[in-house]
Amino acid sequence: MMAGVIDELKKSQILELLAQGKRIDGRAFDETRELIIDTDAIPKANGSARVRLGDSEVVCGVKIQPDKPFPDMGDKGIFICTAELLPLSHPSVETGPPGPDVIELARVVDRGIRESHMIDLSQLVIAKDKSVVGVFADNVVVDYDGNLFDTCAYAATAAILSSKTPKWDLKDDVPTLVEGQEMDVPVTTIPVSVTMGKIGNHIIVDPNADEWDIMDARITITTDSDGNICALQKGGDEGFSLDELLKCGEISIKVGSQIREKLKQVKGGN
Amino acid sequence: MGGRESELVLLDENGIRCDGRKIDEPRKIMIRAGGLKNADGSAYIEFGDNKILVGVFGPRDVHPKHMSNTDTGILRVRYHMEPFSVTERKNPAPSRREIEISKVIKEALEPAVMLEKFPRTAVDVFIEVLQADGGTRCAALSAASVALADAGIPMRDMVAACAAGKVADTIILDVNNEEDQAGQADMPIGYMPNLKKITLLQLDGVLTPEEYKKCVETGINGCKIVYDLQKKALQEKYFGSGGDQ
Repeated sequence: MMAGVIDELKKSQILELLAQGKRIDGRAFDETRELIIDTDAIPKANGSARVRLGDSEVVCGVKIQPDKPFPDMGDKGIFICTAELLPLSHPSVETGPPGPDVIELARVVDRGIRESHMIDLSQLVIAKDKSVVGVFADNVVVDYDGNLFDTCAYAATAAILSSKTPKWDLKDDVPTLVEGQEMDVPVTTIPVSVTMGKIGNHIIVDPNADEWDIMDARITITTDSDGNICALQKGGDEGFSLDELLKCGEISIKVGSQIREKLKQVKGGN
Repeated sequence: MGGRESELVLLDENGIRCDGRKIDEPRKIMIRAGGLKNADGSAYIEFGDNKILVGVFGPRDVHPKHMSNTDTGILRVRYHMEPFSVTERKNPAPSRREIEISKVIKEALEPAVMLEKFPRTAVDVFIEVLQADGGTRCAALSAASVALADAGIPMRDMVAACAAGKVADTIILDVNNEEDQAGQADMPIGYMPNLKKITLLQLDGVLTPEEYKKCVETGINGCKIVYDLQKKALQEKYFGSGGDQ
């Protein structure tokens, strides 16, 4: 993703260590970096989270406001998730319209949450076909150390879990705020994405920036609370064998359930 | 957090403002130097309810090349607000307002930064407003100076910034969001405290010549308060808290 420069020495060091069953930062192959979740970082947003996965850091703010429904989905609210790399996150990030990598990032994060049906959008209707509630989860990457897919996904999920939605009624076709009627965003499941890198024949979970730069292929698998797989994205120039894919599926369910416990605490907080 | 009273009293009979401050009292300010791993220098400021993160890169190669100057380095500043930083979700694309603020902040920093030491290079300052609550350009400018110093870029002086304004016919320090919306004047000031030079100055609103003088003086006093906190933030990072340096 990032045009990082990694010298040949480091690359051969990573490969050598992998051959011995070790990783450059001492983690096990199926071990993620430390995940720190800090919710309500932005009190002005309806929900927010500042998430650090190793040294990758993302701030996500959720804004909830009335909107026009999509023409073919008048009985459902709107959910939109974005992701942006801020230029202060890394020297190689330039301002201007996002490149293909960042667009893929935003779409994969959006898809994981959308396809899990995390938010029950049928409960976010003000008046059918006329007015619905829109939930916007905007991720901004503040610091980069690889695997932004999962960092953004956890930030967005935590921010949604911490969100309160106001209530609106339609008065003369205008959505009007009903004071003092805040409620939790209706959540049906907690999706967790787990991104794995393939380097040679090795599969590693949550690649850091050094691993990200040299890996041959990657796969992001999102699972829901029932342990079902709800979204997938493969990237990189190499292929996966069927055995590897099945193994990745198992890892994503196992690691995903550990991360889910952490995300649940956001909700448990109050 | 209840809703705000519908009839906002900007200044009560005891000279207390809508958020409980006295007329010459700034909001609560917290400045931290550093914090970002990849940036060459960084700073975070909380100025009342404003939350702003600044990252600095450079001096580094200029892209596109034609922007480079063989006589001096160039300073580039981007001021950007996150979509969730304001009450109504903001379109992530840069607005005309953000482009103007980027320019005035750049011109406020330029006199302080010794760019002539680094010909053909660029120093990039990226300002990200995570939460906005009135007076972001002053808070952003103050944090940007700390981030430049944190990046080790030679400077003639710090630039500290604070706004002054007029509310209920009274000159006040550090205009907050409500006062900006309902008040009579807002004057952001950027100031180099040792060289005693004003490098950012704008005004919205009407002031008499006497009020104008008072407003600038009040703003400069606010800048001095900010300057002490900027120094403290840098001391804390480089000499540990309570360093004598």
